Amino acid sequence: MLLRLLPGDPANALVSVGADPAQIEAAREQVGSNLPLGEQFLRFLGSLARFDLGTSFISGVPVSAEIADRLAVTVPLTVLSFLLAILIAVPLGIVAAVKADRWYGAAISVVSQLGIAIPVFWVGILLVSIFAINIRLFPSGGFPSRGWADPSGALYALVLPILTIAVVMSSSLLRYVRSATRDVLGSDYLRTARALGETFPQALMRHGVRNGSAPIISILGIELASTFLGAVVVERVFSLPGLGSMLLLGIEQRDYPNVQGVLFVSTLLVLLIGFSADLAQRLIDPRLRDRAAGARS
Amino acid sequence: MTGPVFNGHLNQRRNVRTLAALSLVVALSASAAFPAAAQEDYDPDATVRIGSLYEPQNLDNTAGAGQGVSEVFNSNVYEPLFRLTDDGNVEPVLASDYSISEDGLTYTIKLHPNVTFHSGDPLTAQDVKFSIERVVAPESKSSRKNSLATISAIETPDDQTVVIKLSQRSISLPYNLSYVWIVNDAATSFTTSADGTGPYRLDGRRRGSGISLSRFDDYWGDAPTNKEVVFSYFTDATALNNALLTNAVDIITSVQSPDSLALFKDNPDFTVTEGQSTTKEVLAFNDRVEPFSDPRVRKAISRAIDKSKLLNSIWGEYGTLIGSFVPPTDPWYVDLTGVDPYDPETAKALLAEAGHPNGFSFNLDTPNYDPHPIVAQFVKSELAKVGITVNINIITANEWYTKIYQAHDFQATLQEHVNHRDIVFYGNPDFYWGYNNPEVIELIKSAEASATTEEQVEKLTTANRLIAEDAASVWLYLYPQIVVSANNVTGYPVNGLNSQFFVYDIRKN
Repeated sequence: MLLRLLPGDPANALVSVGADPAQIEAAREQVGSNLPLGEQFLRFLGSLARFDLGTSFISGVPVSAEIADRLAVTVPLTVLSFLLAILIAVPLGIVAAVKADRWYGAAISVVSQLGIAIPVFWVGILLVSIFAINIRLFPSGGFPSRGWADPSGALYALVLPILTIAVVMSSSLLRYVRSATRDVLGSDYLRTARALGETFPQALMRHGVRNGSAPIISILGIELASTFLGAVVVERVFSLPGLGSMLLLGIEQRDYPNVQGVLFVSTLLVLLIGFSADLAQRLIDPRLRDRAAGARS
Repeated sequence: MTGPVFNGHLNQRRNVRTLAALSLVVALSASAAFPAAAQEDYDPDATVRIGSLYEPQNLDNTAGAGQGVSEVFNSNVYEPLFRLTDDGNVEPVLASDYSISEDGLTYTIKLHPNVTFHSGDPLTAQDVKFSIERVVAPESKSSRKNSLATISAIETPDDQTVVIKLSQRSISLPYNLSYVWIVNDAATSFTTSADGTGPYRLDGRRRGSGISLSRFDDYWGDAPTNKEVVFSYFTDATALNNALLTNAVDIITSVQSPDSLALFKDNPDFTVTEGQSTTKEVLAFNDRVEPFSDPRVRKAISRAIDKSKLLNSIWGEYGTLIGSFVPPTDPWYVDLTGVDPYDPETAKALLAEAGHPNGFSFNLDTPNYDPHPIVAQFVKSELAKVGITVNINIITANEWYTKIYQAHDFQATLQEHVNHRDIVFYGNPDFYWGYNNPEVIELIKSAEASATTEEQVEKLTTANRLIAEDAASVWLYLYPQIVVSANNVTGYPVNGLNSQFFVYDIRKN
């Protein structure tokens, strides 16, 4: 709705210099931008109720088809970076907490602070200059036009973007893992477990991981959602045909069906991620389940 | 500055296909002109990878797809009756022969026999009629629709003959037909699929990523010198440059970031070619409103801006200064840079004469993308020296169309005009800049009705001089057209007129 208040007209993206007023009017009629705002919105709601996201003004392709195409880039990008970030952050975060008084524990902390401070596009540019331009190991951007029909090419194209997101994401995740671990380390139950004769690693694995992971999972849910939305920047740096670049282009061209479609689908996904994080938390922490059960009775 | 050298030699198969080559590779192409050396080393089954910033929004040139659609499809997938070659000539393609009646109102065009579409359908006169009607149809968004308005009827006496009747003479008809793709009249969708007669068929497309073409084996003419062409699209000029540096693409069709040229210029692995561009950076006034309705004010502003300094600060040694809207590749070009040369003193005198001895202030609507914001800053500082205050108002490309192009609600604006032969815009008083000189309007109109090309050129040259003397707008500079390629690739067009990029002669070893 707000987007439609911006100056500009989707019909403008269809015409070029040289078009006469009649052609522009015809284009406006075609995209419906000559209708009152309220009617445009009602039309959108009406088709949404029929699970129809409409057709792009500019490309003439159904929005849902284009979103499906774009998700094939954004979802693997987000999920793989997320997994990689966990793989990096969890072990390093635990080490940083347990060995906080050793030099490498402190070093991990310092480096992760740096990682948080660096903007994500800068990490992308840095990785491109090292791994694409100097070492020529990975492509610097773009995505194979055959998509996942060329699986190695597609994966190859995603390596640097995934690394970029993983570096930034694991830095902040590592801080959370570290502080959660430190909380656990100072807890009474861990001391009790040690007193009962368990070795330190045993006690940490058995009681610490499960206790410490509850807050981490809620953070993970938020991080995953924000990575999904933040992929816009990385997609731009690497010229990837993902959901983020579709959104940006849609806004530039006032291609309302595309913008509405992307926003709708991303909102849906973010809600879904939040819901899954809540579920996972309950699985891990029985106290949450009990409280819920108690509330019911 | 080194201009391009055109090494035009006849190509056996297509009569007049021209190979343009840069002075750097002249030695190479000169030897290629000898038949014995023509068997140069190249892989006839190569895949040529082209990097571009201009992704077509859809696949139809009458549905607002943008300039990228010409780059991929013109003459590669779809062929016209007549083509605008890379050096600015018009040559027949699907038309094997044509004749014009005495009064210039009837064009009888014979089609090449044995031409088939990629789907296997034969090309007939009905397809041609359908294709032209598609461009002039009410729902067509083609910017050239008006130039075909003189067509009053299209007849198809037999399958191989098309007769085009005009309501008035139109000397540019063959040229204007170069914008018309000949499509299959049985096709159901043009925005998402393609069925042309060109040397390549559309292989695949991924939005946001690329389009691939592959050689059409039943092509009526001679086969291309490569097997597959992949256009990869980038949203960011740096990412595109990196792709060439890392061998992910072979050619960049049009370099838009001057800073990056240094990367390639001194590197022996790459060839940098400067061709003739048609893209003009224009400071356009709303000539309808005060004070810009006074030619003296416009001339004063033109003289107050040091255009060569501006060009140099943006493009370094590349680009060309122009004294009017007409680039050197248009037949009616004359050097008019001397009409309003940089001269702040006479600028001040002109302002005083026009009644603005202490200057005035105006709003400059500036599109928010490169190079316009930098140009606006430069114009602002130059005009401050003669007492004119410029308020820069940044707008988006989309707003530009609504506010300026349609509503004419502006004082002055910056815009890049990309088309070839677009002086006609100055003959339309309803165009956004509102330039209204009856003499120019008449010249441009009657030039189109000329009986001979000489007459047309003479009239448009006169119109060209008049708009320059009137300083209808300020023509800041002509963009350079720079193609960069890996040095194992040759045979690509260097001028890219009207955003075309013919790929069939590209050789890769």
